[in-house]
Amino acid sequence: MNIPKELKYSNDHEWVRLEGDTAVVGISDYAQSQLGDAVFVELPEEDIEVSAKQGFAVIESVKAVSDIYAPVAGKVIKVNEALADAPELINQDPYGEGWIAVIQMTDKKELDELLDSTAYEKLIAEGGE
Amino acid sequence: MGQGKKTPLYEVHQKYGGRMVEFGGWLLPVQYSGIKEEHQAVRTKAGLFDVSHMGEVLVQGPEALPFLQRLVTNDVARLAENQVQYTPMCYREGGTVDDLLIYKYAETEYLLVINAANIDKDWSWMLENSQDFKVQLTNKSDQIAQIALQGPRAQEILAKLTNAPLEQIKYYWFIPEAELLGKKVIISRTGYTGEDGFEVYCEPEDAAYIWEQLMEKGKPFGLLPAGLGCRDTLRFEACFPLYGHELSIDITPLEAGLSIFVKTDKENFNGREVLAKQKSEGVSKKVVGIEMIGRGVARAQYPVFVEEKQVGIITTGSYAPTLDKNMGLALLSTEQSAIGQMVDVEIRGKMISARIVAKPFYKRKGK
Repeated sequence: MNIPKELKYSNDHEWVRLEGDTAVVGISDYAQSQLGDAVFVELPEEDIEVSAKQGFAVIESVKAVSDIYAPVAGKVIKVNEALADAPELINQDPYGEGWIAVIQMTDKKELDELLDSTAYEKLIAEGGE
Repeated sequence: MGQGKKTPLYEVHQKYGGRMVEFGGWLLPVQYSGIKEEHQAVRTKAGLFDVSHMGEVLVQGPEALPFLQRLVTNDVARLAENQVQYTPMCYREGGTVDDLLIYKYAETEYLLVINAANIDKDWSWMLENSQDFKVQLTNKSDQIAQIALQGPRAQEILAKLTNAPLEQIKYYWFIPEAELLGKKVIISRTGYTGEDGFEVYCEPEDAAYIWEQLMEKGKPFGLLPAGLGCRDTLRFEACFPLYGHELSIDITPLEAGLSIFVKTDKENFNGREVLAKQKSEGVSKKVVGIEMIGRGVARAQYPVFVEEKQVGIITTGSYAPTLDKNMGLALLSTEQSAIGQMVDVEIRGKMISARIVAKPFYKRKGK
Protein backbone atom coordinates (compact mmCIF):
# COMPACT_ATOMS: atom_id res chain seq x y z
CA MET A 1 0.00 0.00 0.00
CA ASN A 2 1.44 3.33 -1.09
CA ILE A 3 1.31 5.99 1.67
CA PRO A 4 3.50 8.96 0.64
CA LYS A 5 5.35 10.49 3.60
CA GLU A 6 4.86 14.12 2.54
CA LEU A 7 1.04 14.02 2.57
CA LYS A 8 -1.56 14.42 5.32
CA TYR A 9 -4.52 12.09 5.64
CA SER A 10 -8.07 12.20 7.00
CA ASN A 11 -9.84 9.44 8.92
CA ASP A 12 -12.08 9.15 5.88
CA HIS A 13 -9.09 8.27 3.65
CA GLU A 14 -8.66 11.52 1.79
CA TRP A 15 -5.16 12.93 1.34
CA VAL A 16 -4.02 16.56 1.34
CA ARG A 17 -0.95 18.12 -0.23
CA LEU A 18 -0.20 21.66 0.89
CA GLU A 19 0.76 24.06 -1.91
CA GLY A 20 1.08 27.56 -0.44
CA ASP A 21 -2.36 28.40 0.99
CA THR A 22 -4.08 25.78 -1.05
CA ALA A 23 -4.74 22.13 -0.39
CA VAL A 24 -4.75 19.60 -3.22
CA VAL A 25 -7.14 16.80 -2.26
CA GLY A 26 -7.61 13.22 -3.40
CA ILE A 27 -8.33 9.77 -2.01
CA SER A 28 -5.66 7.41 -0.75
CA ASP A 29 -4.34 4.31 -2.45
CA TYR A 30 -6.05 2.28 0.28
CA ALA A 31 -9.37 4.02 -0.40
CA GLN A 32 -9.23 3.44 -4.14
CA SER A 33 -8.36 -0.23 -3.61
CA GLN A 34 -11.34 -0.62 -1.29
CA LEU A 35 -13.73 1.15 -3.69
CA GLY A 36 -12.68 -0.90 -6.69
CA ASP A 37 -13.01 0.22 -10.29
CA ALA A 38 -14.19 3.85 -10.39
CA VAL A 39 -16.70 4.45 -13.17
CA PHE A 40 -17.99 7.94 -12.43
CA VAL A 41 -16.87 10.90 -10.34
CA GLU A 42 -19.28 13.66 -9.39
CA LEU A 43 -17.03 16.66 -8.84
CA PRO A 44 -17.82 19.69 -6.68
CA GLU A 45 -18.59 22.95 -8.44
CA GLU A 46 -15.82 25.49 -8.52
CA ASP A 47 -16.10 28.48 -6.17
CA ILE A 48 -18.30 26.71 -3.63
CA GLU A 49 -17.42 26.98 0.04
CA VAL A 50 -16.98 23.70 1.89
CA SER A 51 -16.51 22.94 5.55
CA ALA A 52 -14.27 20.21 6.87
CA LYS A 53 -15.85 16.74 6.81
CA GLN A 54 -18.58 17.93 4.45
CA GLY A 55 -19.36 15.62 1.54
CA PHE A 56 -18.22 17.47 -1.57
CA ALA A 57 -17.68 14.82 -4.24
CA VAL A 58 -19.01 11.34 -5.02
CA ILE A 59 -17.17 8.39 -6.49
CA GLU A 60 -19.21 5.64 -8.09
CA SER A 61 -17.41 2.34 -8.43
CA VAL A 62 -18.90 -0.58 -10.33
CA LYS A 63 -20.66 -1.76 -7.18
CA ALA A 64 -21.07 1.19 -4.86
CA VAL A 65 -21.56 4.89 -4.28
CA SER A 66 -19.08 6.61 -1.94
CA ASP A 67 -19.10 10.14 -0.60
CA ILE A 68 -15.81 12.01 -0.53
CA TYR A 69 -15.43 14.50 2.31
CA ALA A 70 -13.53 17.76 2.25
CA PRO A 71 -10.61 17.20 4.63
CA VAL A 72 -10.26 20.97 5.26
CA ALA A 73 -12.58 23.98 5.03
CA GLY A 74 -12.33 26.60 2.31
CA LYS A 75 -13.27 27.48 -1.24
CA VAL A 76 -13.01 24.98 -4.07
CA ILE A 77 -10.88 26.82 -6.62
CA LYS A 78 -10.16 24.03 -9.06
CA VAL A 79 -11.51 20.58 -9.86
CA ASN A 80 -9.95 17.75 -11.85
CA GLU A 81 -12.05 17.84 -15.03
CA ALA A 82 -10.05 14.93 -16.44
CA LEU A 83 -11.95 12.61 -14.08
CA ALA A 84 -15.16 13.27 -15.99
CA ASP A 85 -13.87 11.30 -18.96
CA ALA A 86 -11.35 9.11 -17.17
CA PRO A 87 -12.61 8.15 -13.69
CA GLU A 88 -10.13 5.26 -13.74
CA LEU A 89 -7.36 7.79 -12.96
CA ILE A 90 -8.57 7.51 -9.36
CA ASN A 91 -7.46 3.85 -9.38
CA GLN A 92 -4.39 4.22 -11.55
CA ASP A 93 -2.78 7.26 -9.96
CA PRO A 94 -4.60 8.30 -6.77
CA TYR A 95 -1.88 10.71 -5.60
CA GLY A 96 -1.15 12.18 -9.03
CA GLU A 97 -3.48 12.35 -12.05
CA GLY A 98 -6.33 11.13 -9.86
CA TRP A 99 -6.47 14.25 -7.65
CA ILE A 100 -10.01 15.53 -7.07
CA ALA A 101 -9.99 19.23 -6.17
CA VAL A 102 -7.94 22.16 -4.88
CA ILE A 103 -9.27 24.00 -1.83
CA GLN A 104 -8.22 27.55 -0.89
CA MET A 105 -7.93 26.96 2.84
CA THR A 106 -9.73 29.11 5.40
CA ASP A 107 -7.52 28.03 8.26
CA LYS A 108 -4.21 26.26 7.76
CA LYS A 109 -4.27 25.12 11.38
CA GLU A 110 -6.84 22.51 10.37
CA LEU A 111 -3.98 20.59 8.82
CA ASP A 112 -2.73 19.79 12.31
CA GLU A 113 -5.87 17.77 12.92
CA LEU A 114 -5.10 15.46 10.02
CA LEU A 115 -2.95 12.34 10.28
CA ASP A 116 0.62 12.05 9.15
CA SER A 117 1.66 9.03 7.08
CA THR A 118 2.70 6.98 10.12
CA ALA A 119 -0.59 7.55 11.92
CA TYR A 120 -2.52 6.87 8.71
CA GLU A 121 -0.65 3.63 8.15
CA LYS A 122 -1.63 2.60 11.67
CA LEU A 123 -5.27 3.46 10.96
CA ILE A 124 -5.31 1.19 7.92
CA ALA A 125 -3.51 -1.59 9.78
CA GLU A 126 -6.23 -1.43 12.43
CA GLY A 127 -8.87 -2.01 9.78
CA GLY A 128 -9.87 1.38 8.44
CA GLU A 129 -11.65 3.40 11.11
CA MET B 1 -18.83 -9.01 9.05
CA GLY B 2 -17.92 -12.34 10.54
CA GLN B 3 -21.49 -13.47 11.22
CA GLY B 4 -22.07 -15.09 7.87
CA LYS B 5 -21.83 -18.78 7.08
CA LYS B 6 -18.70 -20.03 5.38
CA THR B 7 -18.77 -22.12 2.21
CA PRO B 8 -16.31 -25.03 1.86
CA LEU B 9 -14.20 -22.64 -0.26
CA TYR B 10 -13.83 -19.89 2.36
CA GLU B 11 -10.11 -20.51 2.94
CA VAL B 12 -9.48 -20.84 -0.78
CA HIS B 13 -11.02 -17.39 -1.40
CA GLN B 14 -8.72 -15.85 1.17
CA LYS B 15 -5.74 -17.54 -0.40
CA TYR B 16 -6.65 -16.06 -3.79
CA GLY B 17 -7.06 -12.58 -2.34
CA GLY B 18 -10.85 -12.46 -2.40
CA ARG B 19 -12.35 -9.48 -0.58
CA MET B 20 -14.98 -11.10 1.58
CA VAL B 21 -18.40 -9.59 2.19
CA GLU B 22 -21.62 -10.87 3.68
CA PHE B 23 -24.22 -11.79 1.09
CA GLY B 24 -27.53 -13.51 1.84
CA GLY B 25 -26.14 -14.70 5.17
CA TRP B 26 -22.91 -16.04 3.60
CA LEU B 27 -19.33 -14.83 3.54
CA LEU B 28 -18.35 -14.67 -0.10
CA PRO B 29 -15.77 -12.81 -2.20
CA VAL B 30 -17.12 -9.66 -3.86
CA GLN B 31 -14.00 -9.50 -6.00
CA TYR B 32 -10.41 -10.73 -6.33
CA SER B 33 -8.40 -8.75 -8.88
CA GLY B 34 -11.21 -6.31 -9.71
CA ILE B 35 -14.76 -6.45 -11.00
CA LYS B 36 -13.98 -5.12 -14.47
CA GLU B 37 -11.06 -7.50 -15.00
CA GLU B 38 -13.03 -10.52 -13.76
CA HIS B 39 -16.03 -9.51 -15.88
CA GLN B 40 -13.83 -9.26 -18.95
CA ALA B 41 -12.25 -12.66 -18.22
CA VAL B 42 -15.67 -14.35 -18.16
CA ARG B 43 -16.75 -12.66 -21.41
CA THR B 44 -13.55 -13.50 -23.30
CA LYS B 45 -11.88 -16.44 -21.51
CA ALA B 46 -13.27 -17.95 -18.32
CA GLY B 47 -14.09 -17.24 -14.69
CA LEU B 48 -14.56 -19.50 -11.68
CA PHE B 49 -17.33 -18.79 -9.17
CA ASP B 50 -18.17 -20.27 -5.79
CA VAL B 51 -21.93 -20.73 -5.79
CA SER B 52 -22.00 -23.17 -2.88
CA HIS B 53 -24.33 -20.83 -1.00
CA MET B 54 -27.16 -21.75 -3.37
CA GLY B 55 -29.78 -24.06 -1.90
CA GLU B 56 -30.74 -27.51 -3.16
CA VAL B 57 -33.94 -29.40 -2.46
CA LEU B 58 -34.49 -32.98 -3.55
CA VAL B 59 -38.05 -33.88 -4.52
CA GLN B 60 -38.90 -37.59 -4.67
CA GLY B 61 -42.05 -39.66 -4.84
CA PRO B 62 -44.78 -40.92 -7.12
CA GLU B 63 -46.41 -37.48 -7.18
CA ALA B 64 -43.24 -35.45 -7.64
CA LEU B 65 -44.38 -34.19 -11.03
CA PRO B 66 -47.91 -33.08 -10.07
CA PHE B 67 -46.43 -31.41 -6.97
CA LEU B 68 -43.94 -29.43 -9.05
CA GLN B 69 -46.63 -28.55 -11.57
CA ARG B 70 -48.60 -26.97 -8.72
CA LEU B 71 -45.50 -25.27 -7.29
CA VAL B 72 -43.95 -23.54 -10.30
CA THR B 73 -45.15 -21.61 -13.34
CA ASN B 74 -43.19 -23.40 -16.07
CA ASP B 75 -44.39 -26.73 -17.50
CA VAL B 76 -42.28 -29.36 -15.74
CA ALA B 77 -43.92 -32.12 -17.81
CA ARG B 78 -41.93 -30.90 -20.80
CA LEU B 79 -38.64 -31.80 -19.11
CA ALA B 80 -36.78 -34.88 -20.31
CA GLU B 81 -34.52 -36.89 -18.01
CA ASN B 82 -31.21 -35.08 -17.51
CA GLN B 83 -32.69 -31.80 -18.65
CA VAL B 84 -32.75 -28.55 -16.65
CA GLN B 85 -35.51 -25.97 -16.58
CA TYR B 86 -35.57 -22.38 -15.35
CA THR B 87 -38.80 -21.38 -13.67
CA PRO B 88 -40.36 -18.81 -11.38
CA MET B 89 -42.25 -20.03 -8.29
CA CYS B 90 -45.22 -17.90 -7.30
CA TYR B 91 -47.60 -17.19 -4.46
CA ARG B 92 -51.29 -17.69 -5.11
CA GLU B 93 -51.63 -13.92 -5.63
CA GLY B 94 -49.08 -14.03 -8.46
CA GLY B 95 -46.11 -12.42 -6.67
CA THR B 96 -42.84 -14.33 -6.91
CA VAL B 97 -41.50 -16.57 -4.12
CA ASP B 98 -38.24 -17.27 -5.96
CA ASP B 99 -36.79 -18.27 -9.30
CA LEU B 100 -35.10 -21.64 -9.55
CA LEU B 101 -33.64 -24.41 -11.66
CA ILE B 102 -35.25 -27.84 -11.84
CA TYR B 103 -33.01 -30.81 -12.66
CA LYS B 104 -34.99 -33.87 -13.72
CA TYR B 105 -33.45 -37.22 -12.79
CA ALA B 106 -36.60 -39.25 -13.36
CA GLU B 107 -40.38 -38.85 -13.42
CA THR B 108 -40.29 -39.34 -9.64
CA GLU B 109 -37.09 -37.47 -8.74
CA TYR B 110 -35.99 -33.86 -9.21
CA LEU B 111 -33.37 -31.54 -7.74
CA LEU B 112 -34.39 -27.90 -7.27
CA VAL B 113 -31.68 -25.22 -7.04
CA ILE B 114 -32.86 -22.12 -5.19
CA ASN B 115 -31.45 -18.73 -4.16
CA ALA B 116 -29.35 -18.74 -0.98
CA ALA B 117 -31.18 -15.86 0.69
CA ASN B 118 -34.51 -17.61 0.08
CA ILE B 119 -33.70 -21.12 1.33
CA ASP B 120 -35.75 -20.95 4.56
CA LYS B 121 -38.68 -19.19 2.92
CA ASP B 122 -38.70 -21.56 -0.08
CA TRP B 123 -38.39 -24.61 2.11
CA SER B 124 -41.45 -23.64 4.20
CA TRP B 125 -43.40 -22.79 1.09
CA MET B 126 -42.54 -26.11 -0.55
CA LEU B 127 -43.42 -28.09 2.59
CA GLU B 128 -46.74 -26.29 2.88
CA ASN B 129 -47.55 -27.01 -0.76
CA SER B 130 -46.49 -30.64 -0.54
CA GLN B 131 -49.25 -31.61 1.92
CA ASP B 132 -51.64 -32.79 -0.80
CA PHE B 133 -49.06 -34.88 -2.65
CA LYS B 134 -47.26 -38.21 -2.18
CA VAL B 135 -43.87 -36.62 -2.23
CA GLN B 136 -40.80 -36.42 -0.03
CA LEU B 137 -38.70 -33.26 0.24
CA THR B 138 -35.10 -33.18 1.45
CA ASN B 139 -33.19 -29.97 2.04
CA LYS B 140 -29.71 -30.84 0.74
CA SER B 141 -28.38 -27.27 0.86
CA ASP B 142 -25.61 -27.99 3.35
CA GLN B 143 -24.57 -31.24 1.68
CA ILE B 144 -23.85 -29.91 -1.80
CA ALA B 145 -21.13 -27.50 -2.89
CA GLN B 146 -21.38 -25.79 -6.24
CA ILE B 147 -18.74 -24.31 -8.53
CA ALA B 148 -19.59 -22.41 -11.72
CA LEU B 149 -17.08 -22.30 -14.56
CA GLN B 150 -18.25 -19.70 -17.06
CA GLY B 151 -16.89 -18.30 -20.28
CA PRO B 152 -16.00 -19.26 -23.86
CA ARG B 153 -13.00 -21.38 -22.74
CA ALA B 154 -14.97 -23.23 -20.03
CA GLN B 155 -15.37 -26.48 -21.94
CA GLU B 156 -11.66 -26.73 -22.84
CA ILE B 157 -10.69 -26.17 -19.21
CA LEU B 158 -13.20 -28.60 -17.72
CA ALA B 159 -12.18 -31.25 -20.27
CA LYS B 160 -8.73 -31.31 -18.64
CA LEU B 161 -10.26 -32.79 -15.47
CA THR B 162 -12.93 -35.15 -16.74
CA ASN B 163 -13.67 -37.74 -19.42
CA ALA B 164 -17.36 -36.83 -19.35
CA PRO B 165 -18.59 -36.04 -22.88
CA LEU B 166 -18.90 -32.30 -22.30
CA GLU B 167 -19.38 -31.55 -25.99
CA GLN B 168 -22.55 -33.65 -25.92
CA ILE B 169 -24.15 -31.70 -23.06
CA LYS B 170 -26.56 -29.26 -24.68
CA TYR B 171 -27.49 -25.94 -23.11
CA TYR B 172 -29.63 -26.64 -20.03
CA TRP B 173 -28.87 -30.37 -19.86
CA PHE B 174 -26.77 -32.26 -17.32
CA ILE B 175 -24.87 -35.44 -16.54
CA PRO B 176 -26.15 -36.75 -13.18
CA GLU B 177 -23.23 -39.01 -12.33
CA ALA B 178 -20.10 -37.64 -13.91
CA GLU B 179 -16.59 -38.25 -12.65
CA LEU B 180 -14.27 -35.31 -12.19
CA LEU B 181 -10.78 -35.93 -10.76
CA GLY B 182 -12.09 -39.26 -9.49
CA LYS B 183 -14.91 -37.53 -7.58
CA LYS B 184 -18.62 -38.05 -8.20
CA VAL B 185 -20.20 -34.82 -9.43
CA ILE B 186 -23.15 -33.45 -11.35
CA ILE B 187 -22.12 -31.42 -14.39
CA SER B 188 -24.68 -29.16 -16.06
CA ARG B 189 -24.38 -26.73 -18.93
CA THR B 190 -26.07 -23.85 -17.14
CA GLY B 191 -25.11 -20.53 -15.63
CA TYR B 192 -26.18 -16.99 -15.06
CA THR B 193 -23.59 -14.89 -16.85
CA GLY B 194 -24.81 -14.87 -20.45
CA GLU B 195 -21.83 -17.00 -21.48
CA ASP B 196 -21.41 -20.68 -22.20
CA GLY B 197 -20.36 -22.56 -19.10
CA PHE B 198 -20.87 -25.33 -16.61
CA GLU B 199 -22.02 -25.79 -13.06
CA VAL B 200 -20.37 -28.54 -11.05
CA TYR B 201 -22.15 -29.91 -7.97
CA CYS B 202 -19.92 -31.83 -5.62
CA GLU B 203 -19.43 -33.01 -2.03
CA PRO B 204 -18.41 -30.08 0.19
CA GLU B 205 -15.14 -31.85 1.13
CA ASP B 206 -14.15 -32.13 -2.55
CA ALA B 207 -14.84 -28.49 -3.43
CA ALA B 208 -11.45 -26.99 -2.55
CA TYR B 209 -9.53 -29.71 -4.41
CA ILE B 210 -11.69 -29.29 -7.54
CA TRP B 211 -11.34 -25.49 -7.35
CA GLU B 212 -7.55 -25.64 -7.08
CA GLN B 213 -7.25 -28.11 -9.96
CA LEU B 214 -9.53 -26.02 -12.15
CA MET B 215 -7.48 -22.91 -11.38
CA GLU B 216 -4.26 -24.69 -12.22
CA LYS B 217 -5.50 -26.24 -15.47
CA GLY B 218 -7.33 -23.05 -16.39
CA LYS B 219 -4.37 -20.75 -15.98
CA PRO B 220 -3.07 -21.14 -19.56
CA PHE B 221 -6.59 -20.33 -20.80
CA GLY B 222 -6.77 -17.09 -18.82
CA LEU B 223 -9.11 -18.40 -16.11
CA LEU B 224 -9.59 -16.01 -13.18
CA PRO B 225 -11.40 -16.53 -9.89
CA ALA B 226 -14.52 -14.34 -10.08
CA GLY B 227 -16.56 -12.76 -7.30
CA LEU B 228 -20.10 -11.65 -6.60
CA GLY B 229 -19.43 -8.22 -8.10
CA CYS B 230 -18.90 -9.46 -11.63
CA ARG B 231 -21.51 -12.17 -11.20
CA ASP B 232 -23.94 -9.28 -10.85
CA THR B 233 -22.62 -7.14 -13.72
CA LEU B 234 -22.58 -10.21 -16.01
CA ARG B 235 -26.15 -11.25 -15.27
CA PHE B 236 -27.22 -7.61 -15.42
CA GLU B 237 -25.82 -7.12 -18.95
CA ALA B 238 -27.62 -10.29 -20.02
CA CYS B 239 -30.76 -8.85 -18.31
CA PHE B 240 -31.37 -11.99 -16.25
CA PRO B 241 -33.60 -11.09 -13.31
CA LEU B 242 -32.22 -11.16 -9.77
CA TYR B 243 -34.54 -12.06 -6.92
CA GLY B 244 -35.06 -9.05 -4.66
CA HIS B 245 -34.50 -6.70 -7.58
CA GLU B 246 -36.40 -7.60 -10.76
CA LEU B 247 -38.45 -10.30 -9.01
CA SER B 248 -40.14 -10.18 -5.61
CA ILE B 249 -43.38 -10.81 -3.76
CA ASP B 250 -44.58 -7.55 -5.38
CA ILE B 251 -43.40 -8.36 -8.90
CA THR B 252 -44.94 -11.17 -10.94
CA PRO B 253 -42.90 -13.10 -13.52
CA LEU B 254 -44.92 -11.45 -16.29
CA GLU B 255 -44.09 -7.99 -14.97
CA ALA B 256 -40.44 -9.08 -14.90
CA GLY B 257 -40.68 -10.06 -18.58
CA LEU B 258 -40.55 -13.83 -17.97
CA SER B 259 -43.72 -14.64 -19.89
CA ILE B 260 -42.14 -17.61 -21.69
CA PHE B 261 -41.57 -19.32 -18.34
CA VAL B 262 -45.23 -19.00 -17.34
CA LYS B 263 -47.35 -21.73 -18.97
CA THR B 264 -50.91 -20.78 -18.17
CA ASP B 265 -52.19 -23.57 -20.41
CA LYS B 266 -50.94 -26.32 -18.08
CA GLU B 267 -52.87 -27.69 -15.07
CA ASN B 268 -53.60 -25.46 -12.11
CA PHE B 269 -50.65 -23.85 -10.29
CA ASN B 270 -50.07 -21.19 -7.66
CA GLY B 271 -50.74 -17.76 -9.10
CA ARG B 272 -52.30 -19.07 -12.29
CA GLU B 273 -55.47 -16.98 -12.10
CA VAL B 274 -53.62 -13.68 -11.69
CA LEU B 275 -50.95 -14.57 -14.22
CA ALA B 276 -53.45 -15.75 -16.86
CA LYS B 277 -55.31 -12.46 -16.43
CA GLN B 278 -52.07 -10.51 -16.82
CA LYS B 279 -51.27 -12.54 -19.93
CA SER B 280 -54.60 -11.79 -21.58
CA GLU B 281 -55.08 -8.22 -20.41
CA GLY B 282 -51.48 -7.08 -20.20
CA VAL B 283 -49.50 -5.90 -17.17
CA SER B 284 -49.72 -2.44 -15.63
CA LYS B 285 -46.00 -2.27 -14.82
CA LYS B 286 -43.00 -3.99 -16.35
CA VAL B 287 -39.24 -4.27 -16.16
CA VAL B 288 -37.49 -2.40 -18.97
CA GLY B 289 -33.92 -1.59 -19.86
CA ILE B 290 -32.56 1.93 -19.73
CA GLU B 291 -29.38 3.57 -20.92
CA MET B 292 -28.12 6.65 -19.12
CA ILE B 293 -27.74 9.64 -21.43
CA GLY B 294 -26.66 12.15 -18.79
CA ARG B 295 -23.67 11.54 -16.56
CA GLY B 296 -24.41 9.35 -13.58
CA VAL B 297 -24.96 5.80 -12.41
CA ALA B 298 -28.51 4.68 -11.66
CA ARG B 299 -28.80 2.45 -8.60
CA ALA B 300 -31.55 0.22 -7.22
CA GLN B 301 -34.51 2.13 -5.73
CA TYR B 302 -33.72 5.45 -7.47
CA PRO B 303 -37.00 6.97 -8.71
CA VAL B 304 -37.68 7.32 -12.44
CA PHE B 305 -39.70 10.20 -13.87
CA VAL B 306 -41.38 11.17 -17.13
CA GLU B 307 -42.14 14.89 -17.33
CA GLU B 308 -41.79 15.32 -13.55
CA LYS B 309 -44.22 12.50 -12.76
CA GLN B 310 -42.75 9.43 -11.10
CA VAL B 311 -43.41 6.37 -13.26
CA GLY B 312 -41.34 3.76 -11.44
CA ILE B 313 -38.03 2.82 -9.86
CA ILE B 314 -34.68 1.40 -10.84
CA THR B 315 -34.41 -2.29 -9.86
CA THR B 316 -30.73 -2.71 -10.80
CA GLY B 317 -28.38 -0.03 -12.07
CA SER B 318 -24.69 -0.26 -12.78
CA TYR B 319 -21.87 0.47 -15.09
CA ALA B 320 -21.98 -2.25 -17.76
CA PRO B 321 -18.35 -3.21 -18.43
CA THR B 322 -18.82 -4.92 -21.82
CA LEU B 323 -20.82 -1.99 -23.17
CA ASP B 324 -18.77 0.66 -21.37
CA LYS B 325 -22.03 2.46 -20.57
CA ASN B 326 -24.16 3.10 -17.52
CA MET B 327 -27.28 0.99 -17.82
CA GLY B 328 -30.28 0.14 -15.69
CA LEU B 329 -33.24 -2.15 -15.28
CA ALA B 330 -36.34 -0.28 -14.16
CA LEU B 331 -39.85 -1.27 -13.12
CA LEU B 332 -42.04 1.28 -14.92
CA SER B 333 -45.72 1.76 -15.54
CA THR B 334 -46.48 0.06 -18.84
CA GLU B 335 -47.77 3.17 -20.62
CA GLN B 336 -44.38 4.80 -20.09
CA SER B 337 -42.30 1.81 -21.12
CA ALA B 338 -41.96 2.08 -24.91
CA ILE B 339 -38.48 1.63 -26.33
CA GLY B 340 -37.03 5.02 -27.17
CA GLN B 341 -39.05 6.81 -24.46
CA MET B 342 -36.95 9.42 -22.61
CA VAL B 343 -37.03 9.30 -18.80
CA ASP B 344 -35.24 11.03 -15.92
CA VAL B 345 -33.53 9.18 -13.10
CA GLU B 346 -33.23 11.09 -9.84
CA ILE B 347 -29.62 10.75 -8.67
CA ARG B 348 -28.76 12.57 -5.44
CA GLY B 349 -31.50 15.14 -6.03
CA LYS B 350 -30.68 15.80 -9.67
CA MET B 351 -32.65 14.67 -12.70
CA ILE B 352 -30.37 12.78 -15.08
CA SER B 353 -31.74 11.83 -18.48
CA ALA B 354 -31.94 8.26 -19.74
CA ARG B 355 -33.62 6.39 -22.57
CA ILE B 356 -35.56 3.13 -22.61
CA VAL B 357 -33.71 0.56 -24.70
CA ALA B 358 -34.22 -3.04 -25.78
CA LYS B 359 -33.18 -5.96 -23.57
CA PRO B 360 -30.85 -7.76 -23.25
CA PHE B 361 -27.96 -5.30 -23.22
CA TYR B 362 -25.56 -8.10 -24.09
CA LYS B 363 -26.02 -11.34 -25.99
CA ARG B 364 -23.17 -13.64 -26.84
CA LYS B 365 -22.55 -14.36 -30.47
CA GLY B 366 -23.82 -17.61 -31.94
CA LYS B 367 -26.41 -18.09 -29.23
